[in-house]
Amino acid sequence: MPSLLLLLAVCIPALSADFAKDVEPVLTKRCIVCHGAAQQLAGVRLDNGLDAKKGGYSGAILVPGKPDASKLIERIASAKDGFRMPPAGPRLSDAEVAALKNWVLDGASWPEGAVIGEISSRKSSHWAFQPLWQGEAPTVKDSAWVRNPIDRFVAAKLEAKGIVPSPEAPKQTLLRRVSLDLTGLPPSPDLLRRYMADNRPDAYERAVDELLARPAYGERWARQWLDLARYADSDGYEKDLIRPYAWRWRNYIIDSLNADKPFDRFTIEQLAGDLLPNATVEQKLATGFHRNTLINREAGVTRSEDRFETLVNRVNTTSTTWLGLTMGCSQCHDHKFDPISQREYYSAMAVFSKARDIDIDAPLPGELGPWLASRASYIEKRNEILKSAPVAEWYEKWQGKMRNAVLKPGTDIEWDFSLTSFRVMFDHAERVLMATAAERGEREDWRLMQYFLSNPSHTLREDKANAEKLKEIRDKIKKLEEDTPKLTQASVVIDDPQVPEQRIAVRGDWKTPGVEVRPGALAVLPAMGTDGEAARLAYARWLVSDANQLTPRVIVNRYWQEFFGRGIVKTSEDFGTQGDRPSHPELLDYLAREFRGNGWSVKKLHRLIVTSATYRQSSKARPEVAEKDPDNAWLSRQSRLRLSAEAIRDSALAASGLLSSGLGGPSVRPPQPKGVAELTYGGAKWAESAGADKYRRGLYIVFQRTSPYPMLSNFDAPDMSVACSRRRSSDTPLQALNLLNDPVFYEAAQALAYRITTEGPPETDARVDFAFQLALGRNASPVERSRLKRYLDEQPVASAWTGAARVLLNTDEFIVRE
Amino acid sequence: MNMRRDFLKSVGGGIGMMALGDLLARDGYAAGLNPLSPKKPHFPGKAKRVIYMFMEGGPSQMDLFDPKPELQKWHGKSLPESFTKDLQLAFIKPSAAVLGSPRVFTKHGQSGMELSDFIPNIARQADDLCLVRSVHTDAFNHHPGQLLMFTGSTQPGRPTIGAWSVYGLGSESENLPGFVVLSSGVGTSGGASNFSSGFLPSTYQGTQFRSGGDPILYLSSPQGVDQRAQRAAIDVIGDLNKERLSETGDTEIASRMAAYELAFRMQSAGPELIDFSKESKATLEMYGIGKEPTNQFSTNCLLARRLIERGTRFVLMMHASWDQHTNLNKGLKTNCEKTDQGTAALIQDLKQRGLLEDTLIVWGGEFGRTPMQEVRNTLDPENAGRDHHPNAYSMFLAGGGVKAGSVVGRTDDLGFTITEDPVGVHDMQATIMHCLGFDHTKLTYRYMGRDFRLTDVHGSVIKKMLA
Repeated sequence: MPSLLLLLAVCIPALSADFAKDVEPVLTKRCIVCHGAAQQLAGVRLDNGLDAKKGGYSGAILVPGKPDASKLIERIASAKDGFRMPPAGPRLSDAEVAALKNWVLDGASWPEGAVIGEISSRKSSHWAFQPLWQGEAPTVKDSAWVRNPIDRFVAAKLEAKGIVPSPEAPKQTLLRRVSLDLTGLPPSPDLLRRYMADNRPDAYERAVDELLARPAYGERWARQWLDLARYADSDGYEKDLIRPYAWRWRNYIIDSLNADKPFDRFTIEQLAGDLLPNATVEQKLATGFHRNTLINREAGVTRSEDRFETLVNRVNTTSTTWLGLTMGCSQCHDHKFDPISQREYYSAMAVFSKARDIDIDAPLPGELGPWLASRASYIEKRNEILKSAPVAEWYEKWQGKMRNAVLKPGTDIEWDFSLTSFRVMFDHAERVLMATAAERGEREDWRLMQYFLSNPSHTLREDKANAEKLKEIRDKIKKLEEDTPKLTQASVVIDDPQVPEQRIAVRGDWKTPGVEVRPGALAVLPAMGTDGEAARLAYARWLVSDANQLTPRVIVNRYWQEFFGRGIVKTSEDFGTQGDRPSHPELLDYLAREFRGNGWSVKKLHRLIVTSATYRQSSKARPEVAEKDPDNAWLSRQSRLRLSAEAIRDSALAASGLLSSGLGGPSVRPPQPKGVAELTYGGAKWAESAGADKYRRGLYIVFQRTSPYPMLSNFDAPDMSVACSRRRSSDTPLQALNLLNDPVFYEAAQALAYRITTEGPPETDARVDFAFQLALGRNASPVERSRLKRYLDEQPVASAWTGAARVLLNTDEFIVRE
Repeated sequence: MNMRRDFLKSVGGGIGMMALGDLLARDGYAAGLNPLSPKKPHFPGKAKRVIYMFMEGGPSQMDLFDPKPELQKWHGKSLPESFTKDLQLAFIKPSAAVLGSPRVFTKHGQSGMELSDFIPNIARQADDLCLVRSVHTDAFNHHPGQLLMFTGSTQPGRPTIGAWSVYGLGSESENLPGFVVLSSGVGTSGGASNFSSGFLPSTYQGTQFRSGGDPILYLSSPQGVDQRAQRAAIDVIGDLNKERLSETGDTEIASRMAAYELAFRMQSAGPELIDFSKESKATLEMYGIGKEPTNQFSTNCLLARRLIERGTRFVLMMHASWDQHTNLNKGLKTNCEKTDQGTAALIQDLKQRGLLEDTLIVWGGEFGRTPMQEVRNTLDPENAGRDHHPNAYSMFLAGGGVKAGSVVGRTDDLGFTITEDPVGVHDMQATIMHCLGFDHTKLTYRYMGRDFRLTDVHGSVIKKMLA
């Protein structure tokens, strides 16, 4: 044997690979730019032995002793452009390829602990990843202007630019502004009257406190959160089925905001409330945040594909909402600009991948008593109906056929079809079908039975009489269900330990699973501790932990955006390197600190902002500073902001007195023209709501994803498929037609006219002022008054005030907060 | 924001009423303030506008455009496993039996294009068509397929091709929307997501024309408000807005005033558009308007012509549904009887008016249908249909920029896979954008820190399709 070894050594001297001399230079020169410490494209890292052995997202790349089976060799030796590595620059020379081949053949050994190339950690110098600035608010020359520390930051910048701030807005403008900002509604005539008469120095602060305490506050700010949570009342995609209880989660949001639930708790409950010790129903149903994702129920959709898209949406939504990072880019490859690798993307996905979708009882106050009281008689009646025919036997037969289709597909094509639609229409179809009734439990068994009653497929194909009988039974059950007190349901998630570990989807394709990943946070941010907690809960806690600087920055910035029309970071959805830099970085950090320091109280933060002198400035344009502050980035004034779609609707209903004041509850369908809902695939039904429900606030309107309420889309409501961090504000003729001619707005004009003529003073000048107060929260100017009077004179008496009311509801000022 | 700065400069630092008067005298938005004012593309495109005839559901290519006599030999038999390995279909198993097409194909025009007896009128326009027999897509379900076709991604949220076109080119119309949607038949899977502006400003979203009631939502004034009263209202709204503009200096108000003027003009232009009384009897007959079963679809075809004549940039016609899982022969016949005449008339009419040379017509669905049959009811022999087939299907284009009387691409003897010149959905989009004068890689919009485009990171212009 020794002689043979000797022989080999003599005959093929190249076999003894010298790592330092032959391998390291090639790796250093040609590989580690993309596969080193700074980035690991495709998950491959070749600057140290441990990672090199681990391989990339698709698995190992080195098979010691077998160069032909090693992907690394295959890629560098390939003749195929686009496949061969490295992708740019000259090909590796034959000698270089041979050296690496020999090294692999030799066992691909890596000198113990050796790290090659430049060593850089995952640290980033990007501003958003740095700790919060801890300094004090600057001192300024014009300290008389300053009302709170916010103003010091703003004044310092303005003084540096040689700009003086704008004067405070007129009292009535300020009230209308803060009322629309805090509650989404114009001030009530009563508040306007009291406030205008209140000469105390803190009259404004008192009005603010009153507005913060109104239930309408929770509704207005819920709308902002709903945009981020891509809330809708339907599944989306082709079938776009209605989600009858989606609103239950919306109730939670409104209530939490009204109760000023600390934002850290608000966060943890929505992301992982189910995992809190002794979780309450409220905490569980908070996780409905995750359930707002779309579901495609087309027959050809595979569950694993839909599940993957759902998780992608959850990762992206969470990272946009709390971290202001566009993680979506890393689904398919390492982020080009931000320090987010594809591996980290799937680590984030692993945080959510154990979450299983389920529905639970989430009774509202007062529901439990009647439900309990009726339970025994309901079950008795139900059994009676079911026993009027051999339903149990049919149900068994149906289950047998369906199970057979699962186990032996292709044996009966008709049952194959039944199974296909069952799989998409019935959540967790196979798991429930294949379990025994006992394993399913009562709730799931009844759900399955109900599906069978509505979709018996060919169970009774040759038995017309009994098929009719089954229909009758179904209708009787339906009637019984309708007549029995129900518990409100909620869509939530729970952790399911049986879900397999998350794997990287190679090139973002769910059909190509790569290596397994552990749940985790971005490496560029402080580490997330797990302490044996479930990953989702640990992640939620980490998002709002003291260590994480990004969340408070992102959240306060988004609130700021709502009060000024643009964030301190204008790209409120993107705090990464491609986003805008903050205009006032120290102010942003001060607010972030303040927010966390005040116990994450959103109301306190809002109060701080709206009582600042900065907020209270006039919004009038200032041609003299147009050069120095063209985009008003330095806040030399407030901004005139077009109201959101919902606020426009709500303002018209409020001004006219039509607005229904109920809080929370199921979604409603105000009148919409025929043919809108019908354009969808299912020809969705739009059964107009009756009575006061027609006049509820915009956030309660059923959001049908494939045919949103036209007025909402016309005024830039997002499509609710992905998180929306800031709405656009367009200006189109369709908006004009909407406000002029939509029967909803015409009715508001009529109601406003009624109010003007019945509640207002008889004399025309005073009546015009009254009309202005109701619509715009101020009196008319002399020019405006005479113009409107001229219009009134020209119109037929009967319709004059309706016309005038319609005019006011169509002014620019009505749909703008100044 | 720069627009505002320019405006402020242009009025000399103050908002004089004179300057405002000038601004509004230009009737409508001042140049630069109107996001829909006409814009130049990257290079002069041969097409100035698009009529996209979207045939929702997946028309059966081997019964209309791509003759496969070989199918008859396989009729009733399963395809060899080598063909169907790894195949995933929406409803049927890959082992399903082949369905031969009962259609008769004949050669048409000088090009000798082979087309089915179900589309005799379209066949007469063969020499105007650029028929692509080798389109393929990644999606085999309707909604993702439609999203891919219109937005370049199977996930909702991105702008559609119509929105991108208007974003890139603006509109030539003073009184009508730049991107109009006409629908016929039943609802589509994609619904509003087929004409959404996605993350582009909603100015660019498609305006749905309705077949009943107002052609545009809220186009009619409320009952009891006649044109004079409407004018009087808009006048006083305008005057109050002008007051506010001089009070606040917010130039956005000027653009709102212009939007109200445009809305008022739309109120007259809309009814004029749908009033066919000035169309000749011959024209109405050519389209098949006023008779069944063509009336609904043909009305949309004529509306499409009238829209582009009036400056609309992109017309999306959606006809649903071609989703013949069952009763293929019957369903396909019905659809063709409804749409064949109007489609052909539109091509012919545009041609005789000299509009075809700079108008691009696109006809097609989100995918094709399988050579194999789908049977849902074994008791009914006429029940057979075809499942979704993403791997190879046909679309045709006509007019501005595409090669008339040409056939691009080829499929195998069973119509199962593409054997020559594959045209992916992103390639089709790139080619359409090329016809409009755009380098599809350069028409982008920054959103969420990234420059997005219609073709995502894919797509090549198919030279063979170009004139």
